[in-house]
Amino acid sequence: MMKPGTYFMEGNTACAEGAIAAGCTFFAGYPITPASEILERMAKRFPEFHGSYLQMEDELASITAILGASWAGRKAMTATSGPGFSLMMENYGLGLMTETPCVIVNVMRGGPSTGLPTKVAQGDVNQTRWGTHGDVGVVVYVPSSPQEMFDLTIKAFNTSEKYRLPVVVLSDEMVSHMTEKVDIPKKEDIEIVERKKPEEPPERSLPFCPDEDLVPPMANAGEGYSVHVTGLTHDEKGHPSIDEETQNKLVTRLIDKIRKNADDILEYEEYMVQDADIIVVAYGSVYRAAREAVEIARDKGIKAGLLRPITIWPFPEDRIYDLAKNGTDNFLVAEINFGQIVFEVERCTGGAANTYLAPRMGGNIHTPEEIVDRMEAIEEGKIPDFKE
Amino acid sequence: MEKKEEKREVEMISAKEIRDKYLRHDMMPHIFCTGCGIGNVLDYTLWALEKEGLDMDKTVFLSGIGCSSRLPGYIDVDSLHTTHGRALAFATGVKITNPELNVIVFTGDGDCMGIGGNHFIHACRRNIDITVIAVNNYIYGMTGGQVAPTTPEGDYATTAPYGNLEPAFDMSEMAISSGATYVARWGVKRPNQPINSIQEALQNKGMSFVEMMSPCTTAYSRQNRMGSIEEFWDWYDNKTILAEDHERIKQYGSEEEKEELKDKIKVGVLHKEEKKSLSERIQELIEEVQV
Ligand SMILES: Cc1ncc(C[n+]2csc(CCOP(=O)(O)OP(=O)(O)O)c2C)c(N)n1
Repeated sequence: MMKPGTYFMEGNTACAEGAIAAGCTFFAGYPITPASEILERMAKRFPEFHGSYLQMEDELASITAILGASWAGRKAMTATSGPGFSLMMENYGLGLMTETPCVIVNVMRGGPSTGLPTKVAQGDVNQTRWGTHGDVGVVVYVPSSPQEMFDLTIKAFNTSEKYRLPVVVLSDEMVSHMTEKVDIPKKEDIEIVERKKPEEPPERSLPFCPDEDLVPPMANAGEGYSVHVTGLTHDEKGHPSIDEETQNKLVTRLIDKIRKNADDILEYEEYMVQDADIIVVAYGSVYRAAREAVEIARDKGIKAGLLRPITIWPFPEDRIYDLAKNGTDNFLVAEINFGQIVFEVERCTGGAANTYLAPRMGGNIHTPEEIVDRMEAIEEGKIPDFKE
Repeated sequence: MEKKEEKREVEMISAKEIRDKYLRHDMMPHIFCTGCGIGNVLDYTLWALEKEGLDMDKTVFLSGIGCSSRLPGYIDVDSLHTTHGRALAFATGVKITNPELNVIVFTGDGDCMGIGGNHFIHACRRNIDITVIAVNNYIYGMTGGQVAPTTPEGDYATTAPYGNLEPAFDMSEMAISSGATYVARWGVKRPNQPINSIQEALQNKGMSFVEMMSPCTTAYSRQNRMGSIEEFWDWYDNKTILAEDHERIKQYGSEEEKEELKDKIKVGVLHKEEKKSLSERIQELIEEVQV
């Protein structure tokens, strides 16, 4: 990894360096704005420490190749943006079904389709949760600074190894292309998690039998365990099965693996929420404007606070419910889409508070002033509900 | 590919011993129909593994989706059954990051040349050191007999009820022109040549492609009025020509003989070449950059 110290670094570069610090030794990708700098950095850096980089034929291949590398025992990553992320949905599902640790970076740009390749948006938040077919439990980190591109990429690797699943780092064009101060800690100060290995000998091992934490230990290919890995519904031996009971047991566990460990995985940040009448919920680049908006609103006498999900999935649902129950009247979700997380917030309040939206369609982030204007209008009762 | 030891005495071994040694018995019964050629392909592969003496703990089988892609599940090794068409991309990740593993891929004609066509040509181009055994039954078997990119023009399929209007791909020619360094094609009727060929494919340090022409008695024969497996095997005999004979006729044959070549499918070892594999090139780069 890089020499510890303080650097002036671009978000995408910090992401690549975070991966390297986490122990990633394989990267496969396909060029796309605004994620290409991650590929370019990896291509340059990997031969220096026995890693390998492959530019694949497309994003279907990129994600599939990193799943292969993971089963060969490596930590592996790919990076893309909307159009490529859509192509990855098939094998994101394969990774979730086969419980394959790896990291997928999606740097969001304006959509739908080719959209606004060079400009910011946050339209893929629900795709990371619901984009692949079938029921899944997922983990998604949303960085809002180059420093977090470094830190959360390491965390994404750790979570992927600990809970055995592909973890998404959901950046956006602005955070990825922003250059800021990044502190690279000493190697010994970085927590690194490795996948659990089976303790049973091969002849007694059930490769998909979970421990108490609902995660099965993982034997890599070539370690003598003769593991059969399939995207078909499988039993604890890993053998395909078409019965309802096996399906029920497997899918429930894959979802519970995240749901029941949510306390361990979940991360969010709060700012002045204690006495807040109105809480702004914002993530990624928008968080930066929202924080300033809260400060301006406080100066104007509005009791404003801020909640920033750092893991957008799992979502801080209990916390929002508590805040709604305990005095916060209004939630304002500022996001660069036509309303995605706003529905989640509305659901989590359980009707105990009102939920409003400050949407944007992409191209730029909100200004602090427009968020303040929205807060004022809500306080004055001028906005009936978030669909206005 | 890595062998257990350099010089090995190949002992006489029975078919039963082969089955006992290599198969994952608790996965039986298998899913294949009576008369299907996929079992023959598995059989020939196991004999080739035995002759070559590969270390099974260091051997990984991969596949996509389809009848033929079910094969890795029946072999008692690390087996990765991936998504439709993607096995070669998956295998690329395995081999590049762990070059000491022997990587073998089973694929179908639809898996390899339809949905996975792009991964196929790029895996050949990269000359990844893997062995690909493609079961070509000229149809989508698993899903019930739909037309494939390999279905001969005019043949019938459930989605080509008036006959296939499109010309067919030749997978082996595609492998050669895309950069594979060992390419062979055989029918499943006779065991010896395919067994030797798969063994040579395992020995080649680079992308090896063995195409096995294999009957789908359920989905293909019924629609194309081939009553029995014997008719299929006759078809192979009448329709194919050994690559050496093909070459000879092209050079020295009469006009009629040359005319007959047009409808023939070449079988045999179709291409062999020495070229560095991608793993070797990556290794060289790493050494260069370290210095
Ligand atoms: C993305 C996707 N599309 C379609 C399918 C359905 N499907 C499963 S197997 C198959 C065809 C397999 O044909 P082939 O590769 O020739 O193998 P065979 O069954 O003939 O051995 C198809 C279309 C799928 N599983 N995934």
